[in-house]
Amino acid sequence: MISLTNLVKTYHTRDGQVTAVDSIDLTIDEGEIFGIIGYSGAGKSTLIRLLNMLETPSSGNVMIAGKNMNHLSNKQLRKARQEIGMIFQHFNLLWSRTVKENIAFPLEIKGVPKEEREKRVNELIGLVGLEGRGESYPSQLSGGQKQRVGIARALANNPKVLLCDEATSALDPKTTDSILELLVDINKKLGLTIVLITHEMHVIRKICHRVAVMEEGRIVEQGNVLEVFKKPKELMTKEFVKQVTEPEETEEALKQLFKDNGIGHVLQLTFVGGEAKKPLINTIIKSYDVTVNILQGKISQTQNGPYGSLFISVEGDKDEIDRVQDFIRGQQVEVEVIHGE
Amino acid sequence: MNNLLLQQTWFFPNVNWSTMWEATLETIYMASISLVLTFVFGILLGLLLFLTDTGNLWENKGIQTVTAAFVNIFRSVPFIILIVLLIPFTTFIVGSFLGPSAALPALIIGASPFYARLVEIALREIDKGVIEAAKSMGASNRQIIFKVLLPESLPALVSGITVTAIALVSFTAMAGVIGAGGLGDLAYRHGFQRSREDVTLMATIIVLVIVFIIQFIGDRLTNKLDKR
Ligand SMILES: Nc1ncnc2c1ncn2[C@@H]1O[C@H](COP(=O)(O)OP(=O)(O)OP(=O)(O)O)[C@@H](O)[C@H]1O
Ligand SMILES: [Mg+2]
Repeated sequence: MISLTNLVKTYHTRDGQVTAVDSIDLTIDEGEIFGIIGYSGAGKSTLIRLLNMLETPSSGNVMIAGKNMNHLSNKQLRKARQEIGMIFQHFNLLWSRTVKENIAFPLEIKGVPKEEREKRVNELIGLVGLEGRGESYPSQLSGGQKQRVGIARALANNPKVLLCDEATSALDPKTTDSILELLVDINKKLGLTIVLITHEMHVIRKICHRVAVMEEGRIVEQGNVLEVFKKPKELMTKEFVKQVTEPEETEEALKQLFKDNGIGHVLQLTFVGGEAKKPLINTIIKSYDVTVNILQGKISQTQNGPYGSLFISVEGDKDEIDRVQDFIRGQQVEVEVIHGE
Repeated sequence: MNNLLLQQTWFFPNVNWSTMWEATLETIYMASISLVLTFVFGILLGLLLFLTDTGNLWENKGIQTVTAAFVNIFRSVPFIILIVLLIPFTTFIVGSFLGPSAALPALIIGASPFYARLVEIALREIDKGVIEAAKSMGASNRQIIFKVLLPESLPALVSGITVTAIALVSFTAMAGVIGAGGLGDLAYRHGFQRSREDVTLMATIIVLVIVFIIQFIGDRLTNKLDKR
């Protein structure tokens, strides 16, 4: 659906050249929710803005739905943009228009007749759950409601692709969840391809099928969300994965435990998909001569299945503990020794 | 009725009410015609200033510099000097440099750059993200101007034209001094020069009333339009 080849964007500033997007190659399939994660300044916004040519590439190609976006005339580009919806961190609604008028805006731009517009607007209001708020002005809505208007507006012209630039970053966790659910719902109902950028891993975890990690304008790692959670390769990715799997206090709490000696090896097990359901600990205790203590555990749901992490301390003979580790690996579960003499 | 007239005459012995009324109409005539044209030219100039600026739709350094220079020059020349400078131009266009119509070119040329700056400021206040959202939906430049820029800045455009209207009323009074007619003319020639303070006072009161009415209407309209 979307393919980027050797895409580069360089800005010329007073402080010299800034390469915001650095030779990116990327393919996004039809109907998938693709997440791009990175810290501030990684070039995420620049990348997503290159997709609908809000920024013109310095070099490289952007293909969307079979169209080479950088070779379109102005008029063709405007037409192509009508098939690519976009939502924004700060919603970017027209405050002088009511909810209905805001949603009708892209339809007016396309030249849809008035009656049809009204019908479509009413459908969209239902789709995003804003019944009864059609005549309100944006200033009378909460952040979550504003983003719903943004989504309805972006969907008005039945786009093939929806671009989301930090769509939930200005919202509280609960509202974030409801907006994310809405996006998954739309993805399923309409088969829409969604590209979303964020700096929050839990957004990726909740709704994305695949993820790319961005650092300094490059994609350093990408893959199936579950795979990336299970085996993050790059340091940057590991940090992001930790956002979800490990509450911040875990590390500190464990350090505290290490101080109070007496604790043997500490292992972090990472389960993915079906394995999360196997009675692993039970088997270890029964079959090996070790004592196992569960320190902390967590299971989260992703779009490709459940994902869990478990911290355990294992006491016993060194060789026996090695055998335990081998056994665990044999079960397709990732093991990392967090602490051990 | 007779009594009332007597009373007024007692307070304002030298005021000729029909002359006063005529002068008021002349002031309103000058101010309103020039206001309409100032509104049009000011918006055009303001849009030009805004759109040709770096990063905006019609980015063009050359046009931006020329327009900005034009606006700054005409905004900086004191109005009374502007009228005098424009006498040849006025005579050419209107055929005379006396009378209310003759004041119009100077009023418009004096007020449009002033309003253009207010328009530019109003347009700058619009969130860049909203313009970008419109672009992302495939809006043309024309659609962005008429569906985003002007409607989104409307309250500021209205409060700006209110300020400009009040400035125009005071400009008409100045124009009066060189023979444009209206309340300024009356206050200066019939009041000040003939030491009839009551005439000056009455003319001033009427000017103030006009200003208050403009301000009142402008504020009401701005509040009604502002949905932020
Ligand atoms: N118009 C511009 N001119 C010059 N440099 C720019 C411009 N836009 C972005 N940059 C630079 O490009 C780099 C990437 O910026 P970008 O906004 O894409 O980052 P981001 O990943 O979206 O960050 P954030 O999470 O803070 O939104 C930054 O170093 C930024 O300074
Ligand atoms: Mg950004």
